[in-house]
Amino acid sequence: MIDRLPGLVNGDEALVRRGRFLTCDFLVEVGDVAYHVSVEQGRIASVTLGPALMRPWRFAIRAAEEAWREFWQPVPRAGYHDLFALTRFGRARIEGDLQPLMANLRYIKDVLAAPRRLARSA
Amino acid sequence: MAARIEPIAGRYVHLTFGGRPCRVYFEEAGSGIPLLCLHTAGSDGRQFRHLMNDPAVTDHFRVIAFDLPWHGKSTPPVGWQDEEYMLTTAAYVEAVMTFSRALELERPVVMGCSMGGRIVLELAAGHGRELGAVIGLEAADHQTPWYDTEWLHRPDVHGGEVCAALVSGLVGAPAPDEHRWETLWGYMQSGPGVFKGDLYFYRVDSDFRERVAGIDTRDCPVHLLTGSYDFSCTPEDTLRTAGKIKGAEAQIMEGLGHFPMSENPARFREYILPVLDKLRAARSGPR
Repeated sequence: MIDRLPGLVNGDEALVRRGRFLTCDFLVEVGDVAYHVSVEQGRIASVTLGPALMRPWRFAIRAAEEAWREFWQPVPRAGYHDLFALTRFGRARIEGDLQPLMANLRYIKDVLAAPRRLARSA
Repeated sequence: MAARIEPIAGRYVHLTFGGRPCRVYFEEAGSGIPLLCLHTAGSDGRQFRHLMNDPAVTDHFRVIAFDLPWHGKSTPPVGWQDEEYMLTTAAYVEAVMTFSRALELERPVVMGCSMGGRIVLELAAGHGRELGAVIGLEAADHQTPWYDTEWLHRPDVHGGEVCAALVSGLVGAPAPDEHRWETLWGYMQSGPGVFKGDLYFYRVDSDFRERVAGIDTRDCPVHLLTGSYDFSCTPEDTLRTAGKIKGAEAQIMEGLGHFPMSENPARFREYILPVLDKLRAARSGPR
């Protein structure tokens, strides 16, 4: 799902505009699988499948595969419907420098939730 | 065709809170039993506009919502620019009771959401004989913090944007987009530091875990309703609280989140109308 982000995000004009002040790399872990997501002015420049040794990131969001699967349901069930619902109940962890995340919170949340659209259109 | 004009009327009343003059905005609609509505932290009384436009409510209730100072169209008291806004339990109780007495509301039903749902527990405990009943929406006697409030008010993060983005997940997933985004707009409009200052009350100054057992529901019936998607005040938090108040009634609202009256008004009325009917029936009977 994370590897589909470039197509899902870069084709969404409003979402790219929302993130236009953000250029940074962050890490998403789906279970044991790490993805380095590189954002340039709101566009997803690349998603690199890890592990990528020595590659820095500003913040990391880690959750079990099952938690992400529930999160990406078209209408997710309670407790799995939001990034902070996941962290609140110990199903996800956020680490690193949170400033770029919090300053662009709606954008990042929308990017992470973008795969829900795949299920809706399936 | 004549334009549609809503039955809601807004006015300002001058009150004294904490010894300081305050210009307080309130809206109302309907007639009958006073139903005093308390908005959530970092938002304002517009959250109750759907109830005020619902004849099933306003035919029997005078629905009134005021904006706390610093919120909505109520201005902060003079001198605010040099102080850090921090709401306390004492100040919140004083504001609600002063407003209610100033408008000469007779045994109002007080309905609050989130921090408003928290304070109605204290109102029931401390002023229950003056009230007709309390309804706590997304209410519990205590909250387990789920983020650091320092992010809400600092120069390198836009306050309105981050407040709305943080609470966006508290809206139930089935909420219609129109109402979801209007609810979040309220948070985007909040003044700098106001949501954070409200959370001083919600997080720090209102642990009512020992307090709620003192509520006498014979004087002041207690109804608690919480949305299944609320992970700030969880259904378990509400049920735990209700379990400590003899005679309290609690209900979990499926598909709703932390802002039931504004995020999904159609679904909310299915839950709130029976509660209001019950309170009305009890009020018309012998006391």
